[in-house]
Amino acid sequence: MSQMNYRDQPDAIQALVQEDRVHRDLYLSEELFALEQERFFANTWQFAGHASQLPNVGDYVSLDIAGRPLVLVRDSDASIRAYYNRCAHKGARLVNEESGNTGKFFRCPYHAWTYKLNGQQLAIPFKEGYDGTRLGTCASGQGLTAVADVVNYRDFVFVRLAPEGLSFQDYFGEVLQSLDNLADRSPEGRLVVAGGVLRNIIHCNWKMYLENINDAVHPMSTHESATKAAQAVWQGHGDDEIKPMAMEQILPFGSGYAFFDNMGGRVFDNGHSLLGVNFSIHSNYAQLPDYEAAMQAAHGVERTQDILQRSPQNAVLFPSLAVKGSPQVMRVIRPLSANRTLIEAWSFRVTGAPDLLLERAMHYNRLVFSPMSVVAHDDVRIFESIQNGLRANGNEWISLHRGFHSDELSQRTQTTNGTNEWLMRNQFRAWAKFMVPHPASAT
Amino acid sequence: MIEDPCDFVLHEAALIDASQWDDWLALFDATAHYWVPLLGADQTDPHSHNSIAYEDYLLLQLRIQRLQNPRAHSLHPRVCCQHVLQRPRVVSPTASAHETLVQTPFIYIERQGEEQILLTGTYVHRLLQTATGWMILQKRVNLLDAGQPLPAIQLFI
Repeated sequence: MSQMNYRDQPDAIQALVQEDRVHRDLYLSEELFALEQERFFANTWQFAGHASQLPNVGDYVSLDIAGRPLVLVRDSDASIRAYYNRCAHKGARLVNEESGNTGKFFRCPYHAWTYKLNGQQLAIPFKEGYDGTRLGTCASGQGLTAVADVVNYRDFVFVRLAPEGLSFQDYFGEVLQSLDNLADRSPEGRLVVAGGVLRNIIHCNWKMYLENINDAVHPMSTHESATKAAQAVWQGHGDDEIKPMAMEQILPFGSGYAFFDNMGGRVFDNGHSLLGVNFSIHSNYAQLPDYEAAMQAAHGVERTQDILQRSPQNAVLFPSLAVKGSPQVMRVIRPLSANRTLIEAWSFRVTGAPDLLLERAMHYNRLVFSPMSVVAHDDVRIFESIQNGLRANGNEWISLHRGFHSDELSQRTQTTNGTNEWLMRNQFRAWAKFMVPHPASAT
Repeated sequence: MIEDPCDFVLHEAALIDASQWDDWLALFDATAHYWVPLLGADQTDPHSHNSIAYEDYLLLQLRIQRLQNPRAHSLHPRVCCQHVLQRPRVVSPTASAHETLVQTPFIYIERQGEEQILLTGTYVHRLLQTATGWMILQKRVNLLDAGQPLPAIQLFI
């Protein structure tokens, strides 16, 4: 790894992303990771939480985004607010549990400074000691520090840490349809986070994980041992026999190169993508007539068909979220350091739909995204071996050549074949775009 | 034939450490489950909340098939494990006269190359007494760190 000073050399950062390959420093450099924390993750919109985690006034969740401790809370006006999780006084964390209810105000355990749910200072004990000081005009006297921008889109709550930058709509654009599709799968239009979150620590750079979400060439070789084992234990059963959920979910991983190529992919501005535009490994789960009837009653026949026929492999809301429509699951990507990433797998209950859908979602997460998943093990091992292998000499570049044509450089939203690495190149182009101290505020 | 259910639990862990997968699977009843709840000891059932693993006989077979496939590349370099068990304790007979619950605090170490992971918790074995010896109806693994971010766990805790 080169010993660069990237902070003062913006051109050197841009030079790491070429049109059809990227430099290994993107994965290895701790200096670049520190700059990502400061710039990239502040300039882009990050998934923070789901409104269903905070049903009541005073409910909160605490989390870390890009090294900053945050707290999301349901205010008395029903809105969801996001603050830095520190007391304005000395910096103690206001809440230490992952989730809970803080009542009508936050109270710091150190000196009992209190704050309303809207962030304003409520009270300071023995306040006369501050008479004649400049506390009132300092940040310490201004209440809680709010995160620069918070948007609740159909109960998916996103934050942008940088005070200026692209608006939520300009940043995500058309890829928000993937969240619409997920929410529209409820006849009531409502999702509830359910069944807990599976959490994985992977010793690799976060970009590797995101790239792999759009890698439709790897399942046949990487996951061969899992699909072969599934075929072996299921052999002797006819094609028309009703499969156990495990077989229904795992066997399609071995579907072949043509299948994955034909599923199609789409790129959007700012790194977002959709893999499985036409169909995916999730397209052939058993139909549920009662559920379809409830959907038709809510949405009409045509709209129901449109919603249910979309079951992409993954929609990536770059860089923190990868969602599926069916099963109703998503992964949250939380970078921890240049070589350490937290991956969370969330399941949703689709209100107004049969319990079987939640069972499918939890089952899929357990089978494919659990620390004990036989499917994930092979991915994780590959990521960790890349993180190690990239230290080799002689070739400092990672290939992204598959399907490259220079025409794509002038195109924005485009549909292509499923195995085209355009979906990955698109992520890296967005990385370079947002790795600047202050990005332009319009696309 | 092992008469003492506590000895049976020690034997079960030793088979995993020795990679004797077929002998290990043979300890499970066809209706059995291997269960690692996501809420650890607090979880009431495997359906209302997700689990790190909840495997029926078919999935256990799948896992063992895969362990024997040379292209299961996550297993290279070789992965091995060591179970360190505290003395098992029969906690109470259950609904049926032929069933027994055994509780065993443990430490589990899994090693691959230079990397080692360490897990701890308590097993709850629900065992069935048969003419040919004890069978596992459920092996429940209550991890201390169940809800925490975990690295890949490749063998059987």
